[in-house]
Amino acid sequence: MFKRIFLIVATAAVMAGCASNVKLDDVPVEDKSATSVSALPPASTNTAPPATSQSSVAPVRADTSGSMAPGPANVARIVYFDYDSYVIKPEFQSLIEAHSRFLKANNGRKIFIEGHTDERGGREYNLALGQRRAEAVRRSLGLLGVPDSQVEAVSFGKEKPAEAGMDEAAFAKNRRAEIAYR
Amino acid sequence: MTTPAMWRRRDLVGLLGAAALPSAFGQFRVEVTGVGLTQLPIAIAPFRGDSAAPQKIAAIVQADLERSGQFRAIDASGEDLNETSLPNMTPWRQKAADALATGSITRLADGRYDVRFRLWDVVKGQDLGGRSYAETVGDLRLVAHRIADIIYEKLTGEKGIFSTRIAYVTKAGTRYNLWIADADGENAQSALASPEPIISPAWSANGTQVAYVSFESRKPVVYVHDVASGRRRLVANFRGSNSAPAWAPDGASLAVTLSVEGGSQLYTIGADGGQPRRLTQSSSIDTEPVYSPDGRNIYFVSDRGGAPQVYRMPATGGNAERVTFTGTYNISPTISPDGRWLAYISRIGGAFKLQVMELAGGAVTSITDTTADESPSFAPNGRLIVYATRQNGREALMTTTLDGKIKARLAGQGGDIREPYWGPYQR
Repeated sequence: MFKRIFLIVATAAVMAGCASNVKLDDVPVEDKSATSVSALPPASTNTAPPATSQSSVAPVRADTSGSMAPGPANVARIVYFDYDSYVIKPEFQSLIEAHSRFLKANNGRKIFIEGHTDERGGREYNLALGQRRAEAVRRSLGLLGVPDSQVEAVSFGKEKPAEAGMDEAAFAKNRRAEIAYR
Repeated sequence: MTTPAMWRRRDLVGLLGAAALPSAFGQFRVEVTGVGLTQLPIAIAPFRGDSAAPQKIAAIVQADLERSGQFRAIDASGEDLNETSLPNMTPWRQKAADALATGSITRLADGRYDVRFRLWDVVKGQDLGGRSYAETVGDLRLVAHRIADIIYEKLTGEKGIFSTRIAYVTKAGTRYNLWIADADGENAQSALASPEPIISPAWSANGTQVAYVSFESRKPVVYVHDVASGRRRLVANFRGSNSAPAWAPDGASLAVTLSVEGGSQLYTIGADGGQPRRLTQSSSIDTEPVYSPDGRNIYFVSDRGGAPQVYRMPATGGNAERVTFTGTYNISPTISPDGRWLAYISRIGGAFKLQVMELAGGAVTSITDTTADESPSFAPNGRLIVYATRQNGREALMTTTLDGKIKARLAGQGGDIREPYWGPYQR
């Protein structure tokens, strides 16, 4: 009888100290079949029901900010890059010159250059690679006399592919920097 | 660490020829595959009242324990036991169960539910104790996870991680959502819905806030978001790109990647924002910072050697030493809570594979058979890693044991699912 009371007390102590490292086999047991159960401790002393559940999450809805505005008429806005490259190819030089003329003639206007990569590789590393492409276009504009204050280079990494698909044709369309007027 | 009592008694050798091991509960969406070398056989009897209850407590507990890789479920379907039962141990011994859990769930007059359980040592016929809970319907899954945590700790000697939360991101059409979910991926609640991408969520050490990168202003900026209240603040919105937030262990500051001075460089910034302090001075890409658990070092990715590799430097900046040497593309480092393991993604022959390195010796193991692994993150007890990958052409979240032997696909919302980050122990 005493043994049984000791067992109940000991197991209750094990339960109460759940976060501590209590050796389970310190509890003395002779009988190999269950003959009694111990009392269950409540997990909390709260008696009043809580207003909300403990694990609730308040939802937030974000809206896009930053509206688009027109730039120079009849001038393309996308510079494409080779794989693993940040070099602006000669065929895009006239595009960049056209934007530089427009920005110098309209010095109140501002552009974002948005760098993008293809879909292979990590999201954050691709964000840094896209930043390199955007900054390459910014430097080209700077060399043509466009002040840095009119140009912000940012990256979308691989998050906004222009074309879905996992082949080289899609990848080539996604390795790009887009010029966006705000 | 104490040696688990039951491990010593019966070191089970698992079945050889690992095969798919579907959960015994068909309606449950967690799929566990693989067989570990030593798994403790446990029977979870249906909780009395489960069939009428809004959550199937026994099924959740069993799936949790199976996903850990340390338990093997013994069929207990059709049993009629609860926490007050004195079970006859003989049939459970014949089924080779080492442990048995019983319990009940009852609706209270005030609308809450009374959940009780008891754990038995089948071999000794010994009552190992239990708990009772009175919780709202919204917290019943949390109760089930806490029960799994107690069983896990009693039988393995280590803290369980089932009542922790993970953050992840989904993309459905052009809608992005940041979700806060139970550690099994279920019970997901939207913290942020946005028409623009969300990446790189990171839990604060106290489990109340998530830092992330949002593109809602058509450029990447870093927010810190209190998930219970929905209050959030912009902590990094500098000229250029702002990304890769990593909490310092004390929660007072974050490491971030900024391009405000050109290139992608590492900075620290207060958790309330303020002026950033530059940590790296290179003309290369430095990104994906992560603190060592003691806060002394930052691991990060840099292509200063010509290709992206993982480096380590003092948390205040200074000399960086290279950590990864195999392959030409190693990214997304994360450190286990005990500081012993580095998990990262390596490009191997065009495939992106989750790697685990034991930092002391530098030995690297590839632990997946998928080819598009991303974003590894350790469970707070260091026993599991959650990561994103592609399965059958769809994005999926997986957990794996560090040896790669036991994997589980987590439940999730529809659409593409990515960017998991395992939160800390709940208070």
